[in-house]
Amino acid sequence: MDLLHIAIALAYLVAGILFILGLRQLSSPATARLGNRVATIGMLIALAATLSSPAVLNIVKTHQTLNIGLIALGIAIGGIAGAVTAYKVKMTAMPQMVALYNGVGGGAAAVVSAAEFLHAAATGEHLPLVNALSIMFGTIIGSISFTGSLIAFGKLQEILPGRPLLFPGQNAVNGLVFLGILGLAASQVAGPHNQTLFLVLGGCALLIGVLGVIPIGGADMPVVISLLNSCTGLAAAATGFQLHNNILIISGTLVGASGALLTHLMSKAMNRSIGNVLFSGFGTDGKAGVVAGPAGVVIKEISADDASTLMAYSRSVIIVPGYGMAVAQAQHSVRELGDLLEAKGVEVRYAIHPVAGRMPGHMNVLLAEADVPYDKLLEMDQINDDFERTDVALVIGANDVTNPAARSNPQSPIYGMPILNVDHAKNIIIMKRSMKPGFAGIDNELYYDPKCRMLFGDAKASAQKLVTALKEE
Amino acid sequence: MNEQLLAELYVFCLAVFVGFEVISKVPTILHTPLMSGSNAIHGIVLVGGILVTATAQTNLQLALGFIAVMFGAMNVAGGFLVTDRMLQMFKKKPGGAR
Repeated sequence: MDLLHIAIALAYLVAGILFILGLRQLSSPATARLGNRVATIGMLIALAATLSSPAVLNIVKTHQTLNIGLIALGIAIGGIAGAVTAYKVKMTAMPQMVALYNGVGGGAAAVVSAAEFLHAAATGEHLPLVNALSIMFGTIIGSISFTGSLIAFGKLQEILPGRPLLFPGQNAVNGLVFLGILGLAASQVAGPHNQTLFLVLGGCALLIGVLGVIPIGGADMPVVISLLNSCTGLAAAATGFQLHNNILIISGTLVGASGALLTHLMSKAMNRSIGNVLFSGFGTDGKAGVVAGPAGVVIKEISADDASTLMAYSRSVIIVPGYGMAVAQAQHSVRELGDLLEAKGVEVRYAIHPVAGRMPGHMNVLLAEADVPYDKLLEMDQINDDFERTDVALVIGANDVTNPAARSNPQSPIYGMPILNVDHAKNIIIMKRSMKPGFAGIDNELYYDPKCRMLFGDAKASAQKLVTALKEE
Repeated sequence: MNEQLLAELYVFCLAVFVGFEVISKVPTILHTPLMSGSNAIHGIVLVGGILVTATAQTNLQLALGFIAVMFGAMNVAGGFLVTDRMLQMFKKKPGGAR
């Protein structure tokens, strides 16, 4: 082993350690940002080591300008595209950007695997079993992650409808495509390696990524993205087995394992299993999902003036933010509203449901941006018992996470999901654009609660009206 | 089964356990940034793309390698930057700016 090999292997080891430390620090609020930077440094070290590896030095030495040029061009285009989109994206659109970056990562793993396979097939070389297996794994999982993430991106970006898309015989089709993938993969592992059959296999994997994600409702996308993130990690690890590269194995596996655990934690926060998220066709059957307003019950509206008076003379107010606050970019107005109420001696707290918004932590990020102190943001378990002692629960663009049907109606698609006990508060004010149902596409019987008043309008405009009204009190 | 493969299997299995252990106690509010951060880490597949492109002999390999490099680079750059932007919003001392 020469010196260069040792130096590169050690650099990879350092990078691996930095990834582990980074992930650890990312798990605690105080060190999270540092953790991301530590991991970034690990990545730069790994890339520097790769660019000084014998394979790359060799093409520099032999002046293979095309290979060098394509590496440089690829890094430049991909890097700039990633950096520009990451800087430009609005806070509300971050979840879909994560999906998009995850998708291209999965695509890269699939393409690396495909390059290895097609080369072997063209030269008539017979791949060793482990290589063949890892190529199949990398191709299939990477492709699924690629198209699955793009569908998730489309749903969150609202290019595709957020509701589950179903067609007759969907399960049979999925099953057939899946069996086809298994059969083709087995034949290509056994050999002889055939380029056409391999491309059909890749096509089937891309297809199953689409078919697997379209029947899942938009509200479940965070769990899906997390799962696909874990898959991409494993696909990257598979490329490590093909190229005999330890840093690919270490990093890919780390992400695969931690991503799987994170997926489990996320679906647990919604009180559902991963299987339930993937295969239930959430909120589609419509048989009892849509609770029609009980006959004769009317929805009561409230004016901004009345709402502000009600809150100004309360002892405690709990603000329940949701996606509506995010789309309206209302977080600054909401903080101002909270500050004004506090100045009047009202206790103001924020109740954060684990899946409020489009991703766990979505609300925390937005409110932290608006300088709402950390200790005012309470998780569901911390605050749920306080609703009954609260004068006003102010729901800002949150819907499904407050729907009592999750508790009481076994027919409801969200039955069993823990919800915020907004209905226990003495008064409920709902700020909402219209009576349209939430992301899960189901009606919310909370709005027919006699204690409930609706303040219709854009969340930001309504919050500002409340602020103005409070200032005039 | 050769030495190299055996060593790779060791690394793989240990990494599985480290991956599980390292994030076992993460608060809900950090689920999204953590997902986004680990998303950036699997951008390491860029290394695979570079190696494939560097050793490519046919035009097909070159084309596939190029796509992998481009995708991987986007995963890395976008992943780390978007995570940093998310975490920028978490301030240690609240209300300091006011």
